[in-house]
Amino acid sequence: MDQTFLVNVFGSCDKCFKKRALRPVFKKSQQLSYCSTCAEIMATDGLHENETLASLKSEAETLKGKLEEERAKLHDVELHQVAERVEALGQFVMKTRRTLKGHGNKVLCMDWCKDKRRIVSSSQDGKVIVWDSFTTNKEHAVTMPCTWVMACAYAPSGCAIACGGLDNKCSVYPLTFDKNENMAAKKKSVAMHTNYLSACSFTNSDMQILTASGDGTCALWDVESGQLLQSFHGHGADVLCLDLAPSETGNTFVSGGCDKKAMVWDMRSGQCVQAFETHESDVNSVRYYPSGDAFASGSDDATCRLYDLRADREVAIYSKESIIFGASSVDFSLSGRLLFAGYNDYTINVWDVLKGSRVSILFGHENRVSTLRVSPDGTAFCSGSWDHTLRVWA
Amino acid sequence: MSGTNNVAQARKLVEQLRIEAGIERMKVSKASSELMSYCEQHARSDPLLVGVPASENPFKDKKPCVIL
Repeated sequence: MDQTFLVNVFGSCDKCFKKRALRPVFKKSQQLSYCSTCAEIMATDGLHENETLASLKSEAETLKGKLEEERAKLHDVELHQVAERVEALGQFVMKTRRTLKGHGNKVLCMDWCKDKRRIVSSSQDGKVIVWDSFTTNKEHAVTMPCTWVMACAYAPSGCAIACGGLDNKCSVYPLTFDKNENMAAKKKSVAMHTNYLSACSFTNSDMQILTASGDGTCALWDVESGQLLQSFHGHGADVLCLDLAPSETGNTFVSGGCDKKAMVWDMRSGQCVQAFETHESDVNSVRYYPSGDAFASGSDDATCRLYDLRADREVAIYSKESIIFGASSVDFSLSGRLLFAGYNDYTINVWDVLKGSRVSILFGHENRVSTLRVSPDGTAFCSGSWDHTLRVWA
Repeated sequence: MSGTNNVAQARKLVEQLRIEAGIERMKVSKASSELMSYCEQHARSDPLLVGVPASENPFKDKKPCVIL
C-alpha cells in the first residue's frame, strides 16, 4: 500500500512556527500540528532507555488488553435479549417494481438523489448513468476515461454527480439539461489518490467530498479548488467503503477496509476516535443507523454486524449457516428496524435489526448484488448487480 | 532510519490506543434500549416496515382505471 500521500494542512508549525505542510502529532494525548522536520525530531527526541521499540510494543499490547476489558465490563446483556419484548415482525412482501436496464457491464455503485426519484449508477464498462426511477428513463449518461467506476454519488442539490474508480480520482460532473452541452466537457477533477477510488460521498453540501481509496486512506476535499482539506490515515489496507454520520450527530464518518476494521473518524481533526475489529474478512460496506448512535457493516466473512458507538462494541451479528457468500452492501430502513443486505450469492436478505433474525430473502438478480441503498424517504430501495441491471424494490 | 520510523509508528499506535481506551462508554443494556426506542418511535413512518398503500407509493402499481 502506497503511503507517500500525507496530510496537507498548511499552517504554522506548533513547534518552530514556520509555515509548512503540517501533520498531527500527539504529545501526552494532546493533538498538535508539526511540520515534518519537527515531527521527525519529536519521534527520536527524549528516547529514554525504557522507551525502546520493545517497551512501546508491550505498552500497546497492555492498552489493547485494557480496551477489551473496558468493553467487556459493559457487556451486561445482548441486544436480542433486550429486544425480546418487542413485537415480532409480520410477513414481508417486497417485489421488484422497476428494473433499470442499460449498463453494458457489471453495476458497481449507485446513489439516490434527494428528490427520492433520480438514481445515479456506475459500471465496470466506464459508464455513469442518471435514471428517473419512476419511468426508468435515462436522463444523462457519461463515459469515464477508465473502466471499473467503483464509486458514484449524487450531490445534495441534485445538480451534480461525483464518480471515480481505476483512474484514482474523484471527478464531479454538473448535470445539465441543455442538449447541446457535453457533460464530459464540464468535468472537474477533485480528488487524487495513489490507488483506486472505492467510495465517495458529498458532505452536507455540494462543496465538499469525502473519498475512500485502495491507497489505504480517506480524504476530504474542497470541490471548487480541488484542495485536500483533511486526510485520514489508520487503515492497514485498502479502504472499501465509507458513510457520513447523520447531520444531527456531528462531524464524523465511518469507514471499512480490507484490514477487517471499521473505523470512526473525526472529520475536523483527522483523528480516528473508535475502531472495531471483529469481522473475519474485508469490510465491504458500512452504514450508520438512522439515529447516528450505531452503524452496520457487511463483510466477505458472510456476516453483517451492528456496532453501538456509545457502548463501543459489536452488539449484534446477522448470519446464518446457510449464508456463506460475502455481504457486499447494507442499508437500514427509515426507522432502523430493518437491515437490507446484498450478497455475492445474488440474493438480498432482510434482517430484523433488533431481534437478529432474517425476515425475508429476495431473489431476482442473476449475479452478485454489488450495491444497495434505501431511498431518501424510505419508500423503496434500489440494488445494483453484476447482472448489469438495477432493481427498485418496494 | 527505519529503526526511527518503527519507534515513531509504535509511539503513534500507543497514543492512539490511549485515546481509544480513554473514551466514555455506556452499558449495552442502556444503549440497546435506546436503539429500540428509536425504532419504536419511528416505526409508524417507515414505509418499508409498515407498508404503504399503492396510492401513496409511486413505485407500486395502481389499480387500472375504468373509463365509463
